[in-house]
Amino acid sequence: MSRHVSRTAASPFDTVEPRGEHQQKVSVAPTETVSIQLRRIEQSFGQNRVLRGIDLDVPAGQFLAIVGKSGCGKSTLLRLLVGLDSPASGSLRFADRSGDSVEANARIVFQEPRLLPWARVVDNVAVGLGPGVEESLSRAKALKALEDVQLSDKADQWPARLSGGQRQRVALARALVSRPGLLVFDEPLGALDALTRITMQQLVSRVWRELGFTAILVTHDVSEAVHLADRVIVLDGGRVALDLDIPTGHPRHHGDPALAVFERQLLDAILGDR
Amino acid sequence: MTAYDVASDRPRQRRSWVLPGLSARPIRIEGLLPYAVPILLVLVWQAFSSLGWISTRIMPAPTDVAAAFVDQLLSGALLHNVAVSGARALAGLVVGGTIGLLLGIANGVSKLSEQLTDTSLQMLRTIPHLAMIPLVILWFGIGEESKLFLTSLGVLFPIYLNTFHGVRNVDRELIEMGRIYGMSGWTLFRKVILPGALPSIFVGLRYALGIMWLTLIVSESIAASSGIGHMANQAREFMMTDVVVLSLLIYAALGKLADVIARTLERNALSWNPVYQK
Repeated sequence: MSRHVSRTAASPFDTVEPRGEHQQKVSVAPTETVSIQLRRIEQSFGQNRVLRGIDLDVPAGQFLAIVGKSGCGKSTLLRLLVGLDSPASGSLRFADRSGDSVEANARIVFQEPRLLPWARVVDNVAVGLGPGVEESLSRAKALKALEDVQLSDKADQWPARLSGGQRQRVALARALVSRPGLLVFDEPLGALDALTRITMQQLVSRVWRELGFTAILVTHDVSEAVHLADRVIVLDGGRVALDLDIPTGHPRHHGDPALAVFERQLLDAILGDR
Repeated sequence: MTAYDVASDRPRQRRSWVLPGLSARPIRIEGLLPYAVPILLVLVWQAFSSLGWISTRIMPAPTDVAAAFVDQLLSGALLHNVAVSGARALAGLVVGGTIGLLLGIANGVSKLSEQLTDTSLQMLRTIPHLAMIPLVILWFGIGEESKLFLTSLGVLFPIYLNTFHGVRNVDRELIEMGRIYGMSGWTLFRKVILPGALPSIFVGLRYALGIMWLTLIVSESIAASSGIGHMANQAREFMMTDVVVLSLLIYAALGKLADVIARTLERNALSWNPVYQK
């Protein structure tokens, strides 16, 4: 049985403050987790209709995975969710827990870490707070976020000195530092080796459970989707081809036979009957 | 046939590269190595001069050049001329470099600015700026303006081209990341675009330093009443080959000094880059 990070032992709130930093109380605004409502979302590039009427409700705090073959529209959908593009037609609405419409404080973790090579790790994380935050406060918050991803000891390193997995953890800390209501992962572990992937999956799962944001994972790795998400949708030809709940509790274990059944079901839906 | 074991063979081969004498003080040897050829040349030169194989009218002996150096130093002429030339070089670098940097940034960031000015700059760039000396003398005489104009013009283009190239080649993905995290305008420029373009800007600076000295030497020899170029030119009229050679050596030393300063700046500014880390 694979080892998993237990909730109590690895809670970021238990870890020791880095030496030299007196116990600074960082005021972290409670996460304003958002729910998402998509209605008849269409998107096309020229003659190519990439999204053909997506209807989707994502409750606040859910971990949703979107899987599908290349060109199924998942990256396009992701760009709409984080506001990089706007849809050709249809409506996209974010709401807080009381149902009022809100601006989603959405963050994205890309496949590549996209760290600034000329900024030290802690300054890279502080980028996530956005401009106009006072230096001392942003550093304190960035250090806190680095603790969440267990990289406090690398705060003053250059990104070039880190391994691929560590860089992706810095990128995760940068996304987490502003306590986003929605965090979108765009194949975040695609470039990592198999063992680092498993560690990163456990980390992503743990911070999601602890911080309670709504998470959307876009991936082509069905096993990763099943391992992390409460719910997996399959996109095919710009439509939702399958919407599957994964009721297994968290944390999950690699090689759990119950998950394998879901995995099989999803693969059949994606690859079609052979 | 004997088996060829690559793994065990390699360290043995590497060991044989390090000679016993070298391995004791490898750093000192490495530090002196770049100077071995010039030192050897000077020794041969001195030997040939002492033997009378080279006429002093063609080439003075190194000892004569050293004597000329002491002479010029004691009279104060040398320091004065170095100061004048140094100030001209710096002024040209600042004026030309600033214009080149600003144009490079403007054209790198804005398509409109590029369309307005890039073609004109590329056309100006192809004119050898030293060919403008007659015109420049007609415009400014042999005063400071002519030297400032020519050095600025010479320095401008390498800095412009490399800044433009650097700004254009900043990683698009980093810029997109910056935008997603709310950066725009000045913040985006200061945190992403400028640091990304800096390695390229430094290449332009080092290239510009070479052109700066070249332009200054030529324009001081033709149109000046002070400076090292003038010192050399005046010495030529009195057949003082030792002072002429001294002037050349001073140019070489100043050029090397400028490059060392630029490289130190580069190393400090780009310390994030693994290439510059020790």
